[in-house]
Formats: sequence, structure tokens, C-alpha cells
Amino acid sequence: MTVQIERPPSGPVGVANKHRRGSAGAGPRGASRARGLVPYLLLLPACAVTVLLLGWPLVKDVLLSFQNLNMAQLIQRVTEWNGIDNYTQVLTGADFWRVTLRSILFTAVNVVVIMVIGTLVGLLLARLGKRMRFTLMIGLVLAWAMPVVAASTVYQWLFAQRFGVVNWVLAKLGWESMADYSWTSSQMSTFFVVTLLIVWMSIPFVAINLYAATTTIPAELYEAAALDGAGGWKSFTTVTLPFLRPFLYATTFLEIIWVFKAFVQVFTINGGGPDRLTEILPVYAYIEGVGNQHYGMGAAIAVLTILIMLGLTAYYLRIVLKQEEDEL
Amino acid sequence: MKRSLFGRLWPNVTAVVLFAGFVFPVYWMFSTALKPTGDIISENPVWFPTNITFEHFKRATSVDNFWTYVGNSLIVTLCAVGLSLIVALAGSFALARMRFKGRRGFIIGFMLAQMAPWEVMIIAIYMIVRDASMLNSLVPLTAFYMMMILPFTILTLRGFVAAVPRELEESAMVDGCSRSQAFRKVILPLLAPGLMSTSLFGFITAWNEFPLVLVLNKEAEAQTLPLWLSSFQTAFGNDWGATMAASSLFAVPILILFVFLQRRAVSGLTAGAVKG
Repeated sequence: MTVQIERPPSGPVGVANKHRRGSAGAGPRGASRARGLVPYLLLLPACAVTVLLLGWPLVKDVLLSFQNLNMAQLIQRVTEWNGIDNYTQVLTGADFWRVTLRSILFTAVNVVVIMVIGTLVGLLLARLGKRMRFTLMIGLVLAWAMPVVAASTVYQWLFAQRFGVVNWVLAKLGWESMADYSWTSSQMSTFFVVTLLIVWMSIPFVAINLYAATTTIPAELYEAAALDGAGGWKSFTTVTLPFLRPFLYATTFLEIIWVFKAFVQVFTINGGGPDRLTEILPVYAYIEGVGNQHYGMGAAIAVLTILIMLGLTAYYLRIVLKQEEDEL
Repeated sequence: MKRSLFGRLWPNVTAVVLFAGFVFPVYWMFSTALKPTGDIISENPVWFPTNITFEHFKRATSVDNFWTYVGNSLIVTLCAVGLSLIVALAGSFALARMRFKGRRGFIIGFMLAQMAPWEVMIIAIYMIVRDASMLNSLVPLTAFYMMMILPFTILTLRGFVAAVPRELEESAMVDGCSRSQAFRKVILPLLAPGLMSTSLFGFITAWNEFPLVLVLNKEAEAQTLPLWLSSFQTAFGNDWGATMAASSLFAVPILILFVFLQRRAVSGLTAGAVKG
């Protein structure tokens, strides 16, 4: 939820700074060197904290993945290195590959649905009148703001077997067999509920950002397109779409990351069940590692999950980093 | 360009349908929480609650340790947000106002840190915290929550600091302020809206966090509200009235914060700073 899309203006600031440094150069040398240290000192707390609380757990994760660490070792507090045993065990088992494939399919379906509907809603927002736009915006913001755990609890109630409102509606619409349907009893129906939940919570972010982006399109572009004889569809594909492309890339990329690690939604709706059939990679790592107390194995799965995530987003990550380097 | 009646109608109709779809779960949560039990477990749903009751809220809050959870959530969240603001303010000032070797690297580093896969790192964090004998304590929870929101805080504050006109700072220094005085007296007040919106997002993230507290704190004394909420149905079976009351209680602070602060934080920036 908390990611900035727009980049703060940084260009002019840098130019002004260079000026200042030129005039400061006249002062004594030691003072200017001390001043040169100031930014590093200001950044020191943030970097120290990051290394300690983010870097160390990442390293620890890799270390753990080369250890034989089950309940016995945990209680006795012994460290048993076992080389790449965890990895061979994970990678040669069928489970890991099944879960990986499932995770990727799950992510793909969710992200496609979120992006398509989110984009359409965003474009709709741009087309609506003021009052209607405000109304829809309120609905979107409410869904966006809803805490994940609360939302998943509400979805369990909506899809409850007895007295759940969804089953009631379906029965009234003619699917009599749905009156007492248990949504958490099968793999596909559980995934359906989880997907609906994720899509519902994610669309507002995409739609509102996209709408904000459309407001920055200069009106002259549309006028020019109209002068060139472009119709509605043509001006959409030649003006709107190229303008929105960077936003679409950025949001798609973020959604891939968020959906891929959607631990909370999957875990709270059905705990990865029934029969562990809806476990996605983060849930699988948790259940193998913490649930079944194979901590070393869980760590190995976690490392592989991070690698897969990097692989899925590498292409976009490269673009972003390059762009950022050009800009700063 | 004139649009046909249909062309003017369908966007509005779609918007109404979408509005209903997005609002309904939130509405259903509140309305279930306020309905008497008889209306909740009825063969036909009662769409609009007529006999409003607060008994579900009473039942939800009379659970053992409820106030401990509330206290824990507040302590952890507020401390995490406060600490990350302090740490981030220094860093973001350097990133926005100073030019030095490796600046680009720092920014990219924080951008990457922002995408850290916390959900997958819980096993390693569990081991670290256990080795330090700090399971079932609020301290590691606060520390990691602070780290979760720190990169975002730094990057956003950097934008806000950069948006404060440099001239204001310089004129304060001409008037005899030192650099740190200029920062305290000129920049900080102007940053207030930025600090507010940033801490709002930090608050939401920390308030909602679930996987880490699930793994680290098994004892009720050290648990937070998300755990209380997720364990609710298991403990209460099909008491949906109390469950929805619990969800409402958990969601309301966030909903209010989100709706109110989101707009104020944006519009307040540098309004009235450079006049004439």
C-alpha cells in the first residue's frame, strides 16, 4: 500500500548545491572536510538500522538454509551444517515445484485481473462527472484502507457456509445447490475467495493512481489528435495509452511483488488448506519451517522464493534502476 | 462533442455498481456488528439493521486480554512510527539537500529495501530473536516494524524536504540562524504535513502487520490486535456478530485516518509559506 510513484524533484536542488560548495571552498580545508562528512553522519542511523534489521536477517536466512535445523537442534541450540542438503531435498521433491507453479499462476491471474479492471476503473474515473467521481472515489478509498486481517475476516463471513450472504444470493439466483456450499472445502473455491479479496483490495491503488496520471495528460495533445482526425479510440491508443505506459509498468511491477507474497490473505482465509492445496510459496515456507519445525528447510524455501521473486521482477527492476541513475 | 443518452448513462451506472461492490463488504461488516443475533442468523439476510444493538461490541471487548492487545498495538505502532520518523528525518535531509559521493547508491538502496520480502524472512527473524532470548517481547517487534516503514519514510520525506523552498532556509540563515536552527525553526514546521502523511502510512503498515507477530509472540501478553482478530473465529465459532464487531473496532481507526489525513496532508504542503 505504501509506495511512492511520483518522484520528488531533485534536479534543481543538485545544481544549487554545487554552487554553494564552490563558494564554501574558500574556507579552511579542515572545516570543509568535516562538512563533507555531515551527510554520511546524517545517514548513519538509517544505514546502521537497515544493515542490522534487514541485512542481517537476509544473511541469516541464507546461513540457516545450509543447516540441519529441526526441533531437536532448536531446543539443544546446536548448529549442524549440512551443506546443500536442504536445497537438494527441496528441489528434488515434487512439492516445491508444484507450489512454485501454483504461486506463479496465482500471481499471474491476480495481477492480470487487477490491472485490467483497475485500468478500466481509472479511465472511468477520468470520464465521470465530479459528483459521481467523488462517490466512486469514496468507495475505492474505503476498500483500500480496510486492514488486511479485517478484510479477510469479513470475506469469511460473506462466504460463510451457513448464513453467508453470497450463498444466499446464489441460491436465490437459481443455484439451489449453492445454498449450503462450503467455499473452503476445495482448492479452486478457496482460491476464488482469496483472489476476490486480493483483487478487491488492490484495484483502488491501481485505479486512483491511473486516474491521477490521466489528469496530467496535456489537453493540447488531444486537440492535436482531433485535428489530425483521430476518433475516440484512435486518440486513446495514440495519446492516452503511451502517456500512461510508465504508470502501468510501475503498478504492474508493484502488484506482482505484492500478490506473490500475499501471505496474510491466503493464510487467514484457509491456512493454505484444504489439504495444503492453496499454499503459495511464502505460506509453504512458513508451514514447512515454523509449522512442521524444519527451520533449515523453511529457510531454503525462503531463499528460493526470494530468488524467484527477483527473477520475476528483474526486467522491470533493471529499467527502474537505470532510469533512477539517469535522473539523480 | 455530444454524447448519446446511452453514452452519458453507462459510465454513471457502472460507477454506481462499482461503488456498491467496493463498499458492500465494509458496510456488511458494520451492519452485522450492529444487528441483533437473531437478524444475523436468519434464513433471509436483513439488509438494513433496524434494531441497533451494541451487545456484540461488549462481547468482543470482554475477551481476556483485550485491553492488553490494544495497549500493545498502540505502543508498538506509535514507537515504530516515531523512531522511524526521527531516523528518516536526518537521512532524508541529507539526501534532499546535500550532494555527496554515493548519494545515488543510498537512494537505490532504500528503494530496494522498500521491497524487502518480510513475509518470507520470518524464519530467519524468529531465529535471531530467539537467540537473543527476546521472544514474546514488544522490543523486537517495534524494531522490525520501524525497519519495515523506514525506507518508505526516508524516500517520501526526501520529496517533502526537497519541496521546501531553499530560499526560506537561506533567508533564515542570513537573519542569523545556524543551519540546525534554520532546520528546526523553518523547515520542520513546513514539513508537518509531510511528516503527518508519512507517519499515517507507517501507522497503517505497523497496525496491520500480521506474519511477524504470529511467529514471534505466542504469549497473549505480548500479542497485538491482528492476532486477536484472526484467532477470533476459532475461539468464537460462528459468533459472527462479535467477530464483525471485532473487525469494526480494528478497522475504524485506520478508515478514519485514511479518509481524513490523506487529503489534508497533500493540500497543506507549503501553503502560505511563500507569500508576496
